[in-house]
Amino acid sequence: MKKSKNNFLSFDENIDFDKNVDPYNRVLSARSPERPNTDEYIKALFTDFIELSGDRNFGNDKSIVAGIGMYKNIPVTVIGHRKGKSLEENMEYNFGMPNPEGYRKAERLMLQAEKFKRPIITFIDTPGAYPGLEAEQRGQGEAIAKCLYTMSSLNVPIISIIIGEGGSGGALAIGVSDYTIMLENSVFSVLSPEGFSTILWKDSSRVKEAAKVMKLTAFDLKELDIVDTIVKESENKVEWFLAIDNILSKVLPQLSSIKNIKNSRYYKIRKIGKTFI
Amino acid sequence: MTPFDKKRKFLTVLASKQKPKKEMKSLSVPENLFIKCNECGAMISKEDVIKNLNVCTNCGYHFPLSAYNRVLTIIDCGTFKELNVNLKTFNPLDFPNYSEKLQEVREKTKLNESVITGYGLINGIKAVICIMDTRFLMGSMGLACGEKITRAVEFATKQNLPLIIFSASGGARMQEGILSLYQMAKTSAAIRRHSDSGGLFISVLTNPTTGGVTASFASLGDIIIAEPNALIGFAGPRVIENTIGKELPKEAQKSEFLLKNGFVDIIAKRNDIKLLLTNILNIHQK
Repeated sequence: MKKSKNNFLSFDENIDFDKNVDPYNRVLSARSPERPNTDEYIKALFTDFIELSGDRNFGNDKSIVAGIGMYKNIPVTVIGHRKGKSLEENMEYNFGMPNPEGYRKAERLMLQAEKFKRPIITFIDTPGAYPGLEAEQRGQGEAIAKCLYTMSSLNVPIISIIIGEGGSGGALAIGVSDYTIMLENSVFSVLSPEGFSTILWKDSSRVKEAAKVMKLTAFDLKELDIVDTIVKESENKVEWFLAIDNILSKVLPQLSSIKNIKNSRYYKIRKIGKTFI
Repeated sequence: MTPFDKKRKFLTVLASKQKPKKEMKSLSVPENLFIKCNECGAMISKEDVIKNLNVCTNCGYHFPLSAYNRVLTIIDCGTFKELNVNLKTFNPLDFPNYSEKLQEVREKTKLNESVITGYGLINGIKAVICIMDTRFLMGSMGLACGEKITRAVEFATKQNLPLIIFSASGGARMQEGILSLYQMAKTSAAIRRHSDSGGLFISVLTNPTTGGVTASFASLGDIIIAEPNALIGFAGPRVIENTIGKELPKEAQKSEFLLKNGFVDIIAKRNDIKLLLTNILNIHQK
């Protein structure tokens, strides 16, 4: 597999990762409620965070948390999928599966970020967009498409952090970024391994095998130039926050110095997979 | 010339002169003189159906139409120039059995990918056109499909041309994993640039348009047209049924459902699409 040049900083060169973990075990780890969720990252990384609500059209989707706050001395907009820690919380947040109004809230606040020249930081952690009839009625596909469309053209830096499950279009919808950070045991894929084995092999029991061939780990995605840096998951979770803080503090100034950042983002997206055609 | 004359003209072309006699056989109709309609069950003359652009002469059901036959129904005879004909995928993630599957499908369909792209005249007006073909792995979008569409959109932006995409797809191609997913971002970003440059994009949704295609370029048209009764949605009907634990109403996720909910501008029969496109292009002539 060829590697194309990456202009951005990488922070994982000298870290000793265990690359022999079975991909399916990473899938399970990525879904574990023990992992820090978006709310915890927000608390750890930002000050004065104010949550903002609603898509100004239909409602407020709790499976997406969005708001404004300070990262050190920089005002930022933060958007993330929200999973709960308990069953009650998860019911309230629809297990982190957004409806169209969630994506429309995200898009609204991204446009606002651009207006006030704030960098955007997104946290990705969802099984996927919610597959329900009402979601279809309100245009789930259109809502995701609009997020991709808008993110590709924003002239402010966007950093995405994949902290758990990156499920399909519902994850990518807030993940079109200039710089992508991925936690060691998080995953990002076109579909869940369960859905994948059902659709492709008509056999839901082949999940482990699916996880293996899907190339969904942080290491696979770094090879493909989709991920810029991987964060080690040490035993002490506070170190996860510290590692991300360190990366943000170095990458944000670098991105902010790029003049026409939407152009550089376009070519970054444009380049993915180019070595294969 | 009345609209009726226009229609007649290209119907005759389709039925006789132009080469795709062979391709006609590859349409989804069996090799008999008569076929049974999927929708109304009527026995209809195959010749009549072909002359009717693969639409049932009894109930108006729209059978699938191959990409090259679609070109014949839309682009003025002899003006279609194809772009990036040979661009194709080579199993980027080394997915088991995928290379063999691709080869088999390529031989069977004589297509290199699930989309053909190019430009030509529509009643004299130049436009860039992309047409997906469900015979190629359910019209799924992988790296090469996304790249062809992106290049066509970039070509339209550069040449200041209107863009028309006929979608027919099950969504992102599983065998190319995450790379397929990123085609959603890539195509949407290209459409955005085309739009920012003042370009017109007409998205035409045909049966089926689902998953990653619905959640990217197909939903981003300035004007969105759908063929009647086409399945259009993000999640597939079976996935939704499994989630909500009951059967979906028959009309759910069909063109008419999307029109009612505000996600489609116009429903147009296959026979009427060329004229409709002509009128829209005319209004947007610079």
